[in-house]
Amino acid sequence: MSQSAAIADARYTAARERPPAGVTGPWAWARRNLFGSWLSTAVTLLLGYLILRILISFVSWAFLNAIWTVPYNAQGVADTGACQLAKGVGACWAIVTDKYRLILFGRYPYQEQWRPAICVALFIMLYVVSAMRSFWRKELALIWIATLVVIGVLMWGGVFGLQMVTEDFWGGLPLTLILATFGLAFGFPLGVLVALGRRSTSMPAVKVICVIYVELIRGVPLIAVLFMASVMFPLFMPEGVNIDKLLRAQIAVILFSGAYLAEVVRGGLQALPKGQAEAADALGLSYWKKTGFIILPQALRLVIPPLVNTFIGFFKDTSLVLIVGLFDLLAMGKVALTDPPWQSFSTEVYLMLAVIYIAFCLAMSKYSRGLERELSRAHRR
Amino acid sequence: MSQIMPDHAVAHMAVEDAPPVILLDKVNKWYGALHVLRDVSMAVAEKERVVVCGPSGSGKSTMIRCINRLEVHQEGRIVVDGTELTDDLRALDTIRREVGMVFQSFNLFPHLTILENCTLAPIWVRKMPRAEADDLAMSYLSRVKIPEQAKKYPGQLSGGQQQRVAIARALCMRPKIMLFDEPTSALDPEMIKEVLDTMVELAEDGMTMVCVTHEMGFARQVADRVVFMDRGEIVESGTPQRMFEDPQTDRLKLFLGQILRGH
Repeated sequence: MSQSAAIADARYTAARERPPAGVTGPWAWARRNLFGSWLSTAVTLLLGYLILRILISFVSWAFLNAIWTVPYNAQGVADTGACQLAKGVGACWAIVTDKYRLILFGRYPYQEQWRPAICVALFIMLYVVSAMRSFWRKELALIWIATLVVIGVLMWGGVFGLQMVTEDFWGGLPLTLILATFGLAFGFPLGVLVALGRRSTSMPAVKVICVIYVELIRGVPLIAVLFMASVMFPLFMPEGVNIDKLLRAQIAVILFSGAYLAEVVRGGLQALPKGQAEAADALGLSYWKKTGFIILPQALRLVIPPLVNTFIGFFKDTSLVLIVGLFDLLAMGKVALTDPPWQSFSTEVYLMLAVIYIAFCLAMSKYSRGLERELSRAHRR
Repeated sequence: MSQIMPDHAVAHMAVEDAPPVILLDKVNKWYGALHVLRDVSMAVAEKERVVVCGPSGSGKSTMIRCINRLEVHQEGRIVVDGTELTDDLRALDTIRREVGMVFQSFNLFPHLTILENCTLAPIWVRKMPRAEADDLAMSYLSRVKIPEQAKKYPGQLSGGQQQRVAIARALCMRPKIMLFDEPTSALDPEMIKEVLDTMVELAEDGMTMVCVTHEMGFARQVADRVVFMDRGEIVESGTPQRMFEDPQTDRLKLFLGQILRGH
């Protein structure tokens, strides 16, 4: 390239470093995406109008015209007359302030409800700690065990002067978190083992067992598994042995999530190039070291989105334990609505429950997206 | 078509008196009904450099992968460094520790840094302290001329650099034997030389090497012996000079004609 051509080229590059005005920025974006043509402008305006209408009516219902408290009579029964009058115009948040402890903690003794409250806080702390990559060390297992022991002590009591509260009185959010946390904390390792077993070439018996387990569990609805666990399972137990309802439901949830997670993990194992395992073999790594250091870290990273999808699904599916007489968060919402003065305010209760479920599920999906980004940043293939 | 079976006594004349470190004795292998290795017999002496060539599908990769049992042979005997390859896992571990392998597609671990790629096996298989393994890895990374990339991930390196890391990773186990399975076939032309240079250096240091490659220049430069395979059998073998200048079989003549035209 001649010198003058090089200079001209450099000038051209300098001039081209910034895009021309009107290509970037919010106005350019809006022009491109919202008002690109007559049709798109019309749709934008129509949808904008509809969204605004819905937003205005929601705000006036949920906030401007809402009733936050109601008077109580001498017997402590709420007088919901004002709420009844405002029905359809304003929300009756008084039901939430009146019933939130029942919904959150179920039939747990009222005076002792600080205990499940602390448990919920501990669970959330456990999730946050587990989510931080700097805590991904061996100590994390100890943190889990310690936290779960503390939660158990708090929920059951019977020691340290705490009043004994049996599982029959547990309910609401702590129950949901217990079922979901144990269900996934045990279901996930189970799923990984089953996925590995299903791909085993050297142990055909193990493979057959894993295939049967997955296909059997996947072939029936969770409700059926819960029913079996709570109704049929005791029939097989020797007389006098009585495993309580919660544990039975918990085992059913673990077995169920294990089968689904196994298939998700297997997808990741299959997507991994064969050369990775061969390279590990050629270096002389044993099966478990190869699996732990090379195969699983990569396979699990590949399946973070479907894995979190399954996690979220199971978090919500725990509400099916209602069928075997356990009162999780959603079931407690229904119980709260059976109180005669409050019977007609289900919208408010379900909105409150939705907010709680959304908070947990949104946290999971946001976290998973962040994790995916973080993990893929360094080593794109 | 004339059929000259390799004469083992002549085959490793370069280091005739040394005992073989790799011995293949009438090895046969089938993929289902497909007979991919037919009575393959070969002996490699210590410090010998063997280049295996042949058209694609000739079984040369399968043969080299049988040596560290990434593929399992069905008939015949394979003895590596005095240990016979059987279903015995302990024997297999012993052999894999002594045999390093470099693959066509590098197969670096993408989730580990270059340094971690190199230290993983020394730490967990050789039980080497981490600091010592780090030093060892850095010295081999220096030997393949990329110590400055140690903290990067494989995806950030060029193909040639990745393959040199793969060589360093294998060397970190201090193997007695190195197997190369078409190490330059997946590389862009301008990167082939840097990998071949590394391999030449390794050969000059006296490493026992079995190398499947189409790089005839490399074969000429370092090989003690070239083995030509076709349709699952060893057709001809001898010194590079003899093989290239005076091929005995029609099949080798045809093969040489094809690859030389291609270059």
